[in-house]
Amino acid sequence: MKAVELVEEKIETKKQMFLTGGQAVLEAFLEEGVDTIFGYPGGAIMPIYDALYDYNDRLKHILVRHEQGAIHAAQGFARVSGKTGVVFATSGPGATNLVTGLADAMIDSTPVVCITGQVFAHLLGTDAFQEIDVINITTPVTKWNFQVTDATEIPAVLAKAFYIAGSGRPGPVLIDITKNAQLQQFEYERYEKCNHIRSYRPKPIIRKKYIEAAAALINNATRPFVIFGQGVILGNAEKEFKAFIEKAGIPAAWTIMGMSAIPTNHPLGVGMLGMHGNYGPNVLTNECDVLIAVGMRFDDRVTGRLDKYAKQAKIIHLDIDPSEIDKNVKTNVPVWGDCKETLPMLTALVEQKNHTDWHQKFKDYQLKEDEKCIGPELNPTTDELTMGEVIKLLNELTNGEAVIVTDVGQHQMVACRYAKYNNSKSNITSGGLGTMGFALPTAIGAKFGAPSKTIIAIAGDGGIQMTIQELGTIMQFDVEIKILILNNQFLGMVRQWQQLFHEKRYSFVGITSPNFVQVAKGYYIEGQKVSEREKLKDALQTMLQHKGSYLLEVMVGKENNVFPMVPQGKGVSEIVLSKEEI
Amino acid sequence: MQKQEFTITVYTENQIGLLVRIAIIFSRRKINIDSLNTSPSEIDSVHRFTIVINETEDVVRKLCRQIEKQVEVLKTYYNNNDEIVWQELALYKVPTDIIAEEVKVERLLSQHGAKAVVIRKDYTVFEVAGHREETDNLIKVLEPYGLIEFVRSARIAIIKNSEGFHKKLKEFEYREPGEVATENEFLNQNEEVFSM
Repeated sequence: MKAVELVEEKIETKKQMFLTGGQAVLEAFLEEGVDTIFGYPGGAIMPIYDALYDYNDRLKHILVRHEQGAIHAAQGFARVSGKTGVVFATSGPGATNLVTGLADAMIDSTPVVCITGQVFAHLLGTDAFQEIDVINITTPVTKWNFQVTDATEIPAVLAKAFYIAGSGRPGPVLIDITKNAQLQQFEYERYEKCNHIRSYRPKPIIRKKYIEAAAALINNATRPFVIFGQGVILGNAEKEFKAFIEKAGIPAAWTIMGMSAIPTNHPLGVGMLGMHGNYGPNVLTNECDVLIAVGMRFDDRVTGRLDKYAKQAKIIHLDIDPSEIDKNVKTNVPVWGDCKETLPMLTALVEQKNHTDWHQKFKDYQLKEDEKCIGPELNPTTDELTMGEVIKLLNELTNGEAVIVTDVGQHQMVACRYAKYNNSKSNITSGGLGTMGFALPTAIGAKFGAPSKTIIAIAGDGGIQMTIQELGTIMQFDVEIKILILNNQFLGMVRQWQQLFHEKRYSFVGITSPNFVQVAKGYYIEGQKVSEREKLKDALQTMLQHKGSYLLEVMVGKENNVFPMVPQGKGVSEIVLSKEEI
Repeated sequence: MQKQEFTITVYTENQIGLLVRIAIIFSRRKINIDSLNTSPSEIDSVHRFTIVINETEDVVRKLCRQIEKQVEVLKTYYNNNDEIVWQELALYKVPTDIIAEEVKVERLLSQHGAKAVVIRKDYTVFEVAGHREETDNLIKVLEPYGLIEFVRSARIAIIKNSEGFHKKLKEFEYREPGEVATENEFLNQNEEVFSM
């Protein structure tokens, strides 16, 4: 009798827990603080979805209408919240539909973990139904990927996945799990978060010597210029960054990805860099004596022609990714490290300055741009509406508090040029990959990442049609998104280039649209269309005040162009303010 | 900057798929890999890739940084030919009767340091370890005598001034590695940094 009791006790203290692979995935999510999953089920991921049935109270699953929508939504979630977005997709076509989003997340450094189902391990390589070599397809567009064929690997692999996706320079991670591993029962011990992989160093060592060298350059500079990118936002270093530029008194311009890291009305903010950026920042890049690049990667859309880029300047580059140093632009002082740590060190060493004369130069260029570009765009005298005046009204109505998710094209450039932001993580756009169709699904994810914010998806008539099926997701989950379509009846950016560089040979850029308001109505989403200036403000107000999602289509001028522009193959100081200058 | 031969040495974890990750860093930039070898290293669990390409140093440095960025790569080095000791192994299959008949051939083979690996009635296989030119030369020599088959291995290389990877690995296993990941050409040029 006694012996039997003892045995029972032993079993109890050991507390064996058996889980399936599918359950282990969801346990890992809970341990990592995941609460929202964007996904689409299918044959090879069914065991995970079966497990999800019992986790419904702790994990919210948003059923999208296309896997690309799922990963864009996860990107939107990640970009507004700073957390890692999570995606489920099945094998084969489910997995290949993720590729665009993975590439977008890779180039824009967005932390996303994708779980794809895969056929049974014994079927790998047999061209089984919905089998695709997702690991090799996604290798160039993931920070890390891994195929799991045995359930016991799941806790450790997922811990690694979340650690890699979110640490250092973030990026997308894909874990492919064969169906047998999802079904397999195994003895689950516990989940251990990963915080060290010996072959992976998320943050390079900071070397004081270079901080000192950088500070010396800055202190001796008479025309220093700061350019910053998304690194400031990803590093949660907005405060540190502001402290740095405010003490050193240096004018600062943002890349499209760095936008909103400081409020757009910050006195030291001089505007946007790049092809359609502001006049002063582009021209004066070639007049500054020290160029301080913070968390940005010198994209070709920012630098224009490299052999005409800031040749006169000493260049300081702060970046967490060592491979970015000297990649496109040769650096005089490389400051490796997380800018949240390096910026305060630099701030401590720089002298308090004003650089008043230098700031005046930016203001002078601003006046020229106001006169030739900004004025006519924001206060047009023509009958046709401009995209700029829509954004201007939107600014007035939102007071810079909304999160704006843009698609890709002319409206994206106009929105980024003119939208006002008070808060970081408010400008969500596809900067690196330029993915049309990005806005609508990304906005859905953004709403889940920042539920208290007004989320406005701005898209063109082309881009919205690429992912318009996600209206179904909005309908089913009652997501509150404001959808603003700026319709110029053209694929406007391509048309602009054809006009300027291809003798106006408009080759397949005229695009017809459905009745967007009717389409929205079909999804039980309210909406209206305006084309008159007098009705615009009311329409925007109605959109913003409407309880629930709303679609507003604004008809704008058909052949308006975005200026200023750094024509391709030209240097940044060769930026032009009108088409006559090209 | 002139193109020249560089040997890239990559210390990695042993992970399926890593070969592809490394290979696409080159193919994406349309750079041809002249030779690629994977092998164990001086450390049990650590693998060693040896990659030979013909490129400018600037390009090679950038490639190494991209390789080192991969999660499973521990460390990447690049060296020019003066900084390494290297060998390639070549095998030659020749009809045995010709070698037996022509004394000259045997003399040529020994001059080139060839060693017989297999001798059969119908053919003999010789091996030569050496640099590219040496193994190439022997092809020319053997061709008139009916060279049946030829194959050459990838380059393997030892870095002359390397202390091996044991110490480095210890640093990596530590939470905070003791040395930076990347080199910069301004590293030892303080005057450059301050010359305003």
